[in-house]
Amino acid sequence: MLKTTSERLGGLFSYSNLLSCFYQTLTAGIVIACAYYLLLATQENLEARHIESGFSFLTQEAGFPIGDSLISYSPSDSYGRALLVGIINTFVAAILCIFLATIVGIVMGVAQVSGNPLIARMAEVYVEVMRNIPVLLILLFVYGVVLVGLPSVKQAIEFIPDGFLSQRGIFVPRPIAGDNFIYLMLSLGLGIIGTVFFLKWAKKTLDATGKSYPTIWISLALVIIPPVITQAVFNDVLTWEAPELKGFNFKGGWVFRPEFAALVFGLVLYRGAFIAENVRSGIVSVQKGQREAATALGLSSDRTMRDVVLPQALRTVIPSTTNDYASLVKDSSLAIAIGFPDMVSIGGTMIGQNGQAIEVIAIWMGVYLCINLIISLLMNIANNKFQLVER
Amino acid sequence: MTMVFQPSPDMPPPASQTGLLHWVRNNLFNSFANGLLTIIGLAILANIIPPLVNWLLIDAIFQGTAETCRQGQGACWAFVDAQIKLFLLGPYPTELAWRPIFSAVLLFGLFIITARHMLKTAHLVVAWLILPLPIYWLIGGGLGLEVVDTSEWGGLMLTLVLAVVGILASLPIGVLLALGRSMQNKVIKGFCICVIELVRGVPLVTILFMATIMLPLFLPTDVEIGILYRVQFGIILFSSAYIAEVVRGGLQGVDKGQGEAAVALGLNRWKTTIFIILPQALKIVIPPLIGRCIALLKDTSLVVVVGLLDFLGIAKAASQDAEWLGFDAEAFVFCAFIYWVLCFSLSRYGRSLEKRGQVGHH
Repeated sequence: MLKTTSERLGGLFSYSNLLSCFYQTLTAGIVIACAYYLLLATQENLEARHIESGFSFLTQEAGFPIGDSLISYSPSDSYGRALLVGIINTFVAAILCIFLATIVGIVMGVAQVSGNPLIARMAEVYVEVMRNIPVLLILLFVYGVVLVGLPSVKQAIEFIPDGFLSQRGIFVPRPIAGDNFIYLMLSLGLGIIGTVFFLKWAKKTLDATGKSYPTIWISLALVIIPPVITQAVFNDVLTWEAPELKGFNFKGGWVFRPEFAALVFGLVLYRGAFIAENVRSGIVSVQKGQREAATALGLSSDRTMRDVVLPQALRTVIPSTTNDYASLVKDSSLAIAIGFPDMVSIGGTMIGQNGQAIEVIAIWMGVYLCINLIISLLMNIANNKFQLVER
Repeated sequence: MTMVFQPSPDMPPPASQTGLLHWVRNNLFNSFANGLLTIIGLAILANIIPPLVNWLLIDAIFQGTAETCRQGQGACWAFVDAQIKLFLLGPYPTELAWRPIFSAVLLFGLFIITARHMLKTAHLVVAWLILPLPIYWLIGGGLGLEVVDTSEWGGLMLTLVLAVVGILASLPIGVLLALGRSMQNKVIKGFCICVIELVRGVPLVTILFMATIMLPLFLPTDVEIGILYRVQFGIILFSSAYIAEVVRGGLQGVDKGQGEAAVALGLNRWKTTIFIILPQALKIVIPPLIGRCIALLKDTSLVVVVGLLDFLGIAKAASQDAEWLGFDAEAFVFCAFIYWVLCFSLSRYGRSLEKRGQVGHH
């Protein structure tokens, strides 16, 4: 049997496995020697500066306050807990940003290829402006100019009923679960289960008979209507605590402090433009013939978009958007520049206090690598679903 | 007498089928939904454009002092005008301003020469790679020029120095990392993969922290490196990892037959890589490399976090100046405009290269 080219090449290159072994050992030796030297130098430096090493500092008292915290925290808690507050803040900001940036990206991306030239141009201007400005500049602008430009608490804008916009942040009503809240969850669960069964049935009917239903609207109705009925029939299910103006600030309700609002708003504005560009190029990359064939088969423009163009566009959109999600999570570290206590800014405070930079930076790296792994895992699942099935 | 048929001149097309009106009707109001979208779009524009133009131009104050600005309603461009030296050069000594300006001329001159293909590719590569030396000498001094300490570097100049040196230094390092990643030597391959993935997995802010705080810990106790160099090191490390991934894409994009043909002609592995594979790979990746340049130019703004006064940092600091307190919006808008012009023209240049499809055939 003939050998393949690469086998012959391989044979040519590895004519001396021994030599290759020698090179590998040599490089490994050099790497280890460098690492050992760095370790020695670092130890010497740490001793000279009286910096401790190891992670025992995590149990010591932190001593600094944190503005935003979703778990209970006081300055007398440990460094470990302070860092945990930061990690939770990073996660919350990242998840919220990813969710909102996806919506902005899809809307703006579809708008860019819309048949309406006015809307398309407007979306294009948004994308081209945002993509070519540093994200930190956007954050500082939103924090230092836009939010400061909002009215004071006394003249807060009521943008939704009982929701207020002011310099001190965004105040919205807070949902409070009542005694009968369990019924609401039950009806919601039933609605979701019903939707799953309905979607399966609709798909089967579509495959068997070609008859299609407005699945989106029916599923939405199935999810929304049962909880609404529950809320109306039982009392004490879900009440809203409205923010009220007392003295110099609002009391009660849900508060988004300006730092958090600026971070989310700025990051979504910036990254949304990148996702919009992905969506646009994904849609454009679907061959014209696909659309024409769908139209020739008698599909409405709606269904052409939903069943023919978008699934194919997703194939190119998902990988590039995965990268953008990862970048978005990393960009959330810019919170340090506007004073939102995420993991990096809390870690920065800790480095300032006890100088244990190596340990803190190692924790940062670990957490970011974990987040990135989670994102690529989830996106891989999504990607496999939409990959071209070769027959 | 014969009658000659005289056709009357053609009627013009009906007004509704031609011109602006027709276009508007066909594109903006051809269905109910589209009409609604158009009206919403127009409403948004009507709410944004007039106040913006008023603030930016009509009500703006172009000359005067902080006092005249505070009485006016619009933007205070007099502030930018008064602080323009600070914006561009930071605390750099004014009487030596010709040195950074001359460096900028060198930089943009070389850029134009590159864009117009006025030199051979090999000469261009050499010119770009040695460019940081004269620029560093001009700005920093030494060898007969008055020395200007790096703590006095700032503004747009610092941003450009960080970005240009960052990209030029990280190109060869990125190429080496990419080659290392595709090598058979498992130790080198593993090392390169570790460096690339670790750096790409964390935000630039943490890399900058690492460079400013951790780097001194790794060096012998008696060695001191200025913060600018440490930050520059962090930026180069960061950019190298990303460039390595771009170059790897290019290496994979080169037709396999090229390498095989080179081997068949008797070239050894190194020669094949350097003279056959790499040039073709780099040619493929020029558009994404320009994308990396844009990203790096924007990313250098993060050095604010570790206390350097780059363009954005100076814009923030200038609006805290006692005399011109409270003109943040003007400072940020000016800063954004300059960044936008630089990045947008770079991205247009990249796109034109992509469209032409052939890069550097000279």
